[in-house]
Amino acid sequence: MSGFPILSVMLAVPAVAAIACLFLSANGARWLALIATLIDLALGIMLWAQFDIGGAQWQFQEFHPLFGKFGYALGIDGFALLLIMLSVFLMPICIGASWVAIEKRVQEYMCAFLVTELLMIGTFAAQDLFLFYIFFEAGLIPMYLIIGVWGGANRIYASYKFFLYTLLGSVVMFIAMLWMAQFAHTTSIPQLLNTDFPVHVQTWLWLAFFASFAVKMPMWPFHTWLPDAHVQAPTAGSVILAGVLLKLGGYGFLRFSLPMFPEASAQLGWLIFGLSAVAVIYTSLVALVQSDMKKLIAYSSVAHMAIVTIGLFAFNRQGIEGAMMVMLGHGLVSGALFLCVGVIYDRLHTREIDRYGGLAINMPRYALFFMVFTIASVGLPGTSNFVGEFLSLAGVYQVSTWITFLCTTGIILGAAYMLYLYRRVVFGELTKDDVRAMPDLSLREIALLAPIAAAVLWMGVYPESFLAPMRNDVATLTARIDRAKPAGDSLPTAGHGPVATVEAAK
Amino acid sequence: MIASLLMTLPEEILGTAALLLMLVAAWGGPGATRAISWTSVAALVGAGIALFGAASSGGDAYDGLYRADAFAAFAKVLIYIASGVSILLAPNFFQRTAGDDLRPEYPVLILLSATGMGMMVSAGDLLTLYVGLELQSLAAYVLASFMRRDTRSAEAGLKYFVLGALASGILLYGISLVYGFSGTTLFSSIATAYGAGHSMGLTFGLVFVFAGLAFKISAVPFHMWTPDVYEGAPTPVTAFFASAPKVAAMAMAVRVAVEAMGPATDQWRQIVIFASLASIIFGAVAAIGQTNIKRLLAYSSINNVGFALVGLAAGTAEGVSAVLVYMTIYVAMTLGSFLIVLQMRDAEGQPVETIASLAGLSKTRPWLALGLATFMFSLAGIPPLFGFYAKFAVFWAAVNAGLFPFAVVGIAASVIGAYYYLRIVKTMYFDDAAPAFAPSEDRIEGGLIAVAALFVSPLGYLAIPLLGAWSLTAAKALF
Repeated sequence: MSGFPILSVMLAVPAVAAIACLFLSANGARWLALIATLIDLALGIMLWAQFDIGGAQWQFQEFHPLFGKFGYALGIDGFALLLIMLSVFLMPICIGASWVAIEKRVQEYMCAFLVTELLMIGTFAAQDLFLFYIFFEAGLIPMYLIIGVWGGANRIYASYKFFLYTLLGSVVMFIAMLWMAQFAHTTSIPQLLNTDFPVHVQTWLWLAFFASFAVKMPMWPFHTWLPDAHVQAPTAGSVILAGVLLKLGGYGFLRFSLPMFPEASAQLGWLIFGLSAVAVIYTSLVALVQSDMKKLIAYSSVAHMAIVTIGLFAFNRQGIEGAMMVMLGHGLVSGALFLCVGVIYDRLHTREIDRYGGLAINMPRYALFFMVFTIASVGLPGTSNFVGEFLSLAGVYQVSTWITFLCTTGIILGAAYMLYLYRRVVFGELTKDDVRAMPDLSLREIALLAPIAAAVLWMGVYPESFLAPMRNDVATLTARIDRAKPAGDSLPTAGHGPVATVEAAK
Repeated sequence: MIASLLMTLPEEILGTAALLLMLVAAWGGPGATRAISWTSVAALVGAGIALFGAASSGGDAYDGLYRADAFAAFAKVLIYIASGVSILLAPNFFQRTAGDDLRPEYPVLILLSATGMGMMVSAGDLLTLYVGLELQSLAAYVLASFMRRDTRSAEAGLKYFVLGALASGILLYGISLVYGFSGTTLFSSIATAYGAGHSMGLTFGLVFVFAGLAFKISAVPFHMWTPDVYEGAPTPVTAFFASAPKVAAMAMAVRVAVEAMGPATDQWRQIVIFASLASIIFGAVAAIGQTNIKRLLAYSSINNVGFALVGLAAGTAEGVSAVLVYMTIYVAMTLGSFLIVLQMRDAEGQPVETIASLAGLSKTRPWLALGLATFMFSLAGIPPLFGFYAKFAVFWAAVNAGLFPFAVVGIAASVIGAYYYLRIVKTMYFDDAAPAFAPSEDRIEGGLIAVAALFVSPLGYLAIPLLGAWSLTAAKALF
């Protein structure tokens, strides 16, 4: 299979399907979109199977000097592989979630989703600075349309806010990219990763990238577009927004800010830590008082993303691995939670928490799935988020005990708002007649939720499957940034006894 | 002499065709319009083919008065395409709107204007330049007031004429100063004079020449005529104004700046940077409040000229090449947008121009809406559409020329522009449907929209190697 341009094919499948969708009937577009996303999932599985763990850093490389000033360069490492897998895994589920919920303009909706998939895979696979920017930025157009056309009542305000907010962040990054390309005389990301930029310029470049990624992430206080966008977007739009698009910010920090500007990352780490600590506590408290389910989960996303950023800027292996695990885990769990909200929203057409109650009585299967994802979101051992949050916080502890202390309170608050939500929706008396009439999960809905639940438990029970592909990349990254590593305040000392249990069995 | 005639072959073809067709029009009357239109397009194609010969590589003709180089050829190709499209899209519009058929003078005037534009971009001497400019402008004034029964059209023509005359006066004043202090009107000799040392008179001349040029490309602060003329002129004429003369004036400005005043780059760069930033910011801010789509596109053209000037400000071959790439993509975007504006007409076939009438277009005419959305996102410079590459090329050149702070302000200001382009997409996609437009049967217009939309779609990136190499060859002809 060497020489088979699998990444290009993964881009081409949704591209062709997206155009074909416009010419089909509503039902035809649904099936075509499902088939195309499943083909991409199959290709993704093939990609993972053929990915040589421990092999070259960049694999499946393709390069064509098509565009004069920059090239069509694709290639993936372990980080990109896992995030591409997350995208192709969630995509068929999104199509399934919109199967009956979307009734108007189905063809265009499916087209927009397929284009989004294409752009997400492209963003993670791009190995050229400007190709990355094109994919990264182009995602705005389909998301703008998805929120604006198929969104809720206040969709127009939300779509503008989403578009202009993220555009402003991105153009600042674009300026920095122009400077970098001119300084390094290359636009190839692997080469730029080994370019040492002057320390005094790094700060500016770092801030420019920060402007873009902090908005995408989103970090407090740049998060205000997120609750609006989530509340107004259709269910599948929320899933893809929370599941994959938010990961673009974290991926950006991981791919650009840390390895390209290590000194600036260390100097400005306090900014990341400060904003993240505020985010964890503040947004968790805000989530506690929400009456709208989607808003609650949106705020919880901001809190979880803050755990990602502190992990990344811990400058050590645990922190970075943990950050990646939180990204993957959160992608699955928050996506699934939005699906859970979508399930009952489709039945009652309201997201008001108070309108529900006692669902455990008439919807036991639903209650079970919702429970799995709730405890996963809280970060109970055995679920994906536990692994990520534990590693992240363990990594940060070596740098700053205070930040760890503050952020750990967020875990407790997280348990508070999620369990409070679960209690109000699922437990209690079944008093309302329209709620009593709601049927339990259909087969289609089970088919959507079950794979995510399986993946969440897999990640929680055997995280090695997900840690292995990125182990070498984490090692490369930590070696690269080691020279700028900040001194920690925890002063850990080497243990004296045997520590056999920590070592993973080889 | 023969060599010079061969080098000016495209202008000879167009000029002769225009004069002959004028006679045909005089005898044939309105009935001959169709034949004249097609013959005019054929003449433009013929002139385009003639560019392959000595006209694109011959060098100096008529002792340096006229230059037949790759740069001129590049600009002329764009001018001829834009002029041809402007002729093709006219008959339907006039038939529906004015109630009577298109008068046969329309294609003739466009041919004359194209001849003038060819002279403008090929000028090697300030006097050739001025004659070409006036030929182009006089034809354009008549075109602006072509709907004689419509007061808005007459007003547009008059406004254009008065302000255009003022601009020509300013330019001529600058030319006379340059001549007075350098003793020549030939570009190459003027460059020697600027290189010889600082002279207050020459600097004044430079400022006035640039003011006149800014008028012609409608850069801020000399843009005031643009929205009024664009709104009042018949839509096919507006499409013409926004494309061909823009390219010609921009190419002329580049040639004057580089070839005649190259040694004084540091002096004119300040003017260009100011005009560029002012155009980008003013064009974007003023467009926000517009309710008429033609006015909005007028401000959009001001905004775009600002971006194209970024490449000129770089003052390098790379920058000039970026200007040419920018203008190529701009012509496709702007002609495409105006072609769609031409489809906007109510049930009786009368044109409507309010942005509000676009509401819900994505439901009533999905392909038309998709086309306009493509042009709007492209004009806003959002990747992956081709308009992004245009902006990328000019800012790349500016950064490479060391104008980093300038690029920062320009790029940041492009976000303001995104807002009003988004507003059109929002109106078409998010709002409830307004009364549908009358359906269009015209295959030519539909085909042209499709071609333009495909060019600015991501497929356009495939044209980059060709476009890049060709524009760089063209730009190097100036250095």
